[in-house]
Amino acid sequence: MAVAEAGDRRNWPAAVGLAGPRNIVRAVATVALLAIALFLIPATLGGDWVNTFTSVAIYSVVAAGLVVLYGRVGMISLGQIALLAIGTWTATRLSYATNIPFPLLILITASITCVIGVLIGLPALRLSGLYLALITLMAAGAVNVVLGAIDFPNGGGGFTGRTAVVNLSGLEPVNRPSGAGGDIAYYRYVVVVCALMFLLTLVHFANKPGRAWATIRESEPAALAAGVNVTLYKLWAFALASFITGVAGCLLAAEVGRPTVYGFPTQDSLTMIATALIGGIYTLWGAIVAGVFMQLVPFIFQAEWHINPNFLLIIFGIGLLQVLLTAPGGLVDQFPKDMAKLGRAIYGLFRKATGAVRRSG
Amino acid sequence: MIEVENLTVRFAGVTPIDDVTVTFPAGACGLIGPNGAGKTTFFNVLSGFVKPAAGSIRVFGEDLLKLVDFRRARWGLRRTFQTEQAIQQLSIFENVAMIHEHSRSSRSARRAAVLSAIEFVGLEASPYAKVGGLSARERRLVEVARAVVGEPRIVLLDEPAAGLPERETEHLGDLIQRIPTEFGALVVLVDHDMTLVSGCCETTAVLDFGRLIASGPTAEVLRNEAVISAYLGVEDAA
Repeated sequence: MAVAEAGDRRNWPAAVGLAGPRNIVRAVATVALLAIALFLIPATLGGDWVNTFTSVAIYSVVAAGLVVLYGRVGMISLGQIALLAIGTWTATRLSYATNIPFPLLILITASITCVIGVLIGLPALRLSGLYLALITLMAAGAVNVVLGAIDFPNGGGGFTGRTAVVNLSGLEPVNRPSGAGGDIAYYRYVVVVCALMFLLTLVHFANKPGRAWATIRESEPAALAAGVNVTLYKLWAFALASFITGVAGCLLAAEVGRPTVYGFPTQDSLTMIATALIGGIYTLWGAIVAGVFMQLVPFIFQAEWHINPNFLLIIFGIGLLQVLLTAPGGLVDQFPKDMAKLGRAIYGLFRKATGAVRRSG
Repeated sequence: MIEVENLTVRFAGVTPIDDVTVTFPAGACGLIGPNGAGKTTFFNVLSGFVKPAAGSIRVFGEDLLKLVDFRRARWGLRRTFQTEQAIQQLSIFENVAMIHEHSRSSRSARRAAVLSAIEFVGLEASPYAKVGGLSARERRLVEVARAVVGEPRIVLLDEPAAGLPERETEHLGDLIQRIPTEFGALVVLVDHDMTLVSGCCETTAVLDFGRLIASGPTAEVLRNEAVISAYLGVEDAA
């Protein structure tokens, strides 16, 4: 190896790659996406659409939790919607009990959800694959049973916060942040908070925890041999995923105002991971696609096309099969490749055609 | 110096390491033996993945078996695996840096140390290239860089030359020989390539069916009849 080359190598900037073409594309795409989300959508679409996009943002944060757990660390969790329900319940209860400002409500809710998520994650230290999937799914089922019994708070006292009010419309909804009470203002607020959660996740990925997680995913013995405290970093992943899911739960509580048990079927936890896999579970872009599949597509089916959105389950099933067989990186990985292929094909046809014209002319 | 005394490992019904007493003095030391001799199991004991049934291992005077597995890297124990374990999702730089940041070395010297480890193995690719896109040879070199970054005290190499063509093996042999002098670490090399082992290692120990059958200067050990018969599968007449 030449000495001069070695000298050059030391001079490479600390973050070569930050200015690389891929990252420029990513940065432009992020800015464009945020601009569309913050300005174009509220300016052009009506009330129901804006509410749907609020849900898209919230559920993409839940999917981001799966990107952390499965995409980075390789731990499968089928209980993320139950965790979302815990976040929503906690936020609702705290909102009726206290008058704390909304950002603080988010933080407290997320912290409580984080602790519960880590407790659910404890078996993950010993189990993996099918067994971990089963444990988390059963935990989700258990949460649903408990929620079914105690129901969501409706302004009463005690731990459950229930009161025997018959007239639902008489209930006060969960408080929204001051200054963001309207649907459009609240939508923007949600987009900003969700973007912050994505940023928090990205910061983790780019630093010591992200590298430790990637090592654990590759091989646990190799991670141990590399000095990674596997127990600590697995719990950390559960903590981060649960924290952001808690934030999503709090945002959801204030979005729907009067949450009910019916908003969190256990089946949604399965749909969640299916859509995350279809979108692409290895990157946060995939999480956004998952949010769209979870909330926007069913809305379009129901409100626009008047098709029962349950049919989507079949479509998701076929999509999942297709992804698992041919595109493990999901849509966000496959779509650009397919587009490039299509572009090359069109270019090839174009050249053929012009060549033929030239020859005949 | 690694001093192993009366080390025994038992799995249900099998004894992959049977009462082995051996010393790896300094520099680069070879550890050879036919398949199933217990070489990788020995590395796994050193890494802390396998708990021995009996025996002790002292490394530079310290009791290695007392250390929790993941803390051994911080202490200065590095290893590569038979199946390569470079992390596909991360870049070369991140692959090497992640070892460094979990070891005891100070944060300030990290970048320079990571780059000099990459430089040491002679990787031509950009340090910021993803490992997933590298060739098998380059991924091996990433693993060697991972093993030497920071302040390694013991470097365990488990068949690093497996599947490499001759010319690449020569380059690897050159690197292995330089590790003790440039990084001050003791290297234990497991490999089936006798040219590589005799080229790199002053001393060599031989395991067969979990027992130590020879140890000492490499040239002598390779002439040892018990070693030759173990390798050629000749039954001992006695």
